Amino acid sequence: MKNALTIMWREFRAYFGSPLGYIVSGVYFFLVGLVFYRVLIGFSNICLQSANNPYYLQQLNVNEWVVRPFFGLTRFIFLLMIPALTMRLFAEEKKNGTAELLLTAPISHMELVVGKFLGGLSMVMFLLGLSLLFPAILFWVGNPDLPPILTGFLGMVLLGASFVAIGLLASSLTDNQVIAALSSFGMIFLLWLISWVTGQVNPLLGNVLSYLSLIDHLEDFEKGVISSTHVIYYLSVIGFCLFLTQRVIESKRWR
Amino acid sequence: MIQVEKVTKRYGDRTAVSSLSFEVNKGEILGFLGPNGAGKTTMMRILSCYLSPTLGTARVAGFDVIRQPREVKSQIGYLPENPPLYREMTVDRFLDFVGRIRGIPSRDLRGRIGKVVERCGLGAVQHRLIGNLSKGFQQRVGLAQAIIHEPPVLILDEPTIGLDPVQITEIRSLIRSLGGNHTVILSTHILPEVQKICGRVVIIHEGKLVAVDTQAGLAARLRKNDQISLLVARDQPEIGSRLESLPGVLSVCPREKVPGGYTVETDLRKDLREEVARMAVERNWGVLEIARVSLSLEEIFIRLTREEETQK
Repeated sequence: MKNALTIMWREFRAYFGSPLGYIVSGVYFFLVGLVFYRVLIGFSNICLQSANNPYYLQQLNVNEWVVRPFFGLTRFIFLLMIPALTMRLFAEEKKNGTAELLLTAPISHMELVVGKFLGGLSMVMFLLGLSLLFPAILFWVGNPDLPPILTGFLGMVLLGASFVAIGLLASSLTDNQVIAALSSFGMIFLLWLISWVTGQVNPLLGNVLSYLSLIDHLEDFEKGVISSTHVIYYLSVIGFCLFLTQRVIESKRWR
Repeated sequence: MIQVEKVTKRYGDRTAVSSLSFEVNKGEILGFLGPNGAGKTTMMRILSCYLSPTLGTARVAGFDVIRQPREVKSQIGYLPENPPLYREMTVDRFLDFVGRIRGIPSRDLRGRIGKVVERCGLGAVQHRLIGNLSKGFQQRVGLAQAIIHEPPVLILDEPTIGLDPVQITEIRSLIRSLGGNHTVILSTHILPEVQKICGRVVIIHEGKLVAVDTQAGLAARLRKNDQISLLVARDQPEIGSRLESLPGVLSVCPREKVPGGYTVETDLRKDLREEVARMAVERNWGVLEIARVSLSLEEIFIRLTREEETQK
């Protein structure tokens, strides 16, 4: 475990040793800020319009109108940003020959994979942590409900971690970073879109596909509910991807 | 310290190393010699557990590379052909990272880094980014990461490639100083390197073992006759025929581009230097030099790899 943390720490620093970390954080905050601004302005317009209708005004809720759309749009930004963060995790090491250093050091392949995963996750946590600033503004200007924000945040962490795990797997399969980024984007998007077809197929298959969808599991989190089904779903996606990555790394030796 | 037993490695249907066996003793510096593409790097990667052999096995410090890779890895320091460096890290940060994943306890880490920085002459650059260093310094950082944990076995793949002559000399003396305490395997295609550093030599060609011996042993084995080189001040036409009349002399040929220089081939293990010298003095040729020629490693190498080819 100590080795995994050593690798995680190096990964996190490596993001800021190259322009990648700064560019991804810069673009991320710009987009998230834009989204937040848009959502907030939209909400305040609605409030103004319904100012002379006390019934409507009572129905308006910051959590429903600002926090949920904010998280919903941040997911899209994750979809674009996380493949860019994870693409280098293994692909770059293979290209630069540093894979030889890691794979001939007395650490297990699982420690290496977990370390890499945590390295990518630490960067996602860094981005998410700083973007908590936006909901914090809401407390300053309004009176939102805290629990749904926290559970929504937990949902984002689990979603981000799943994206990182998928990206890590894609990165272990190639030594080309562009291919790694595109294939992880493709895999994530596929698991995202799967829920679109659930209505068109027979109910049983529909349920299965809906269970597999990365996004359907987020709804409860955003409503303020932590359900073990969804937590287990994300943890199994992560566990499965890490396991596959470990097998991919292991198999390199035998080729 | 290292036993390689009938190791074969195939990539698809291409055989990189075929049924290679040899041993390395403790404290020895073994040269691993072969032309480009002979399978040197593959063998080094098998020993460092980066690749697994298709057939056969190898043991490093008593641990099996297939069954106990982690134990093997803890016994070795490995410098691949391209030094594995993170360009965006500074030298000391990088060595700190390597030290940690190699299992050096945190409290010893500072001391070890200081020691290895001094040993590899990295003092002046230790706070600089690796990506900005010259090739020579990068190579030294590569060597530093291989020896920071003071491993009993060192595997160096072409450690002097791409360096200037001064750097080459420095790295070589560093490697030589590692012998004794460490067992070193060093692969190269540069022959003088082996001559200068290594005790024994393994020569491979197209994945097959051609010879394992000391350099002198190899020379003795290959020699079919002895040679004497002679340089005289006053070159005369009679020299060739006169020398050939000596008993035991097989042939005499003038050396190209050296006036007065001759190569005298004699029967094996018959030292005719005295007779040749006496004749030269009696005839007043004016002897400048007389010496027994031993086969250079270049010649051994070329002969061995050629013999392989003609046997096919």
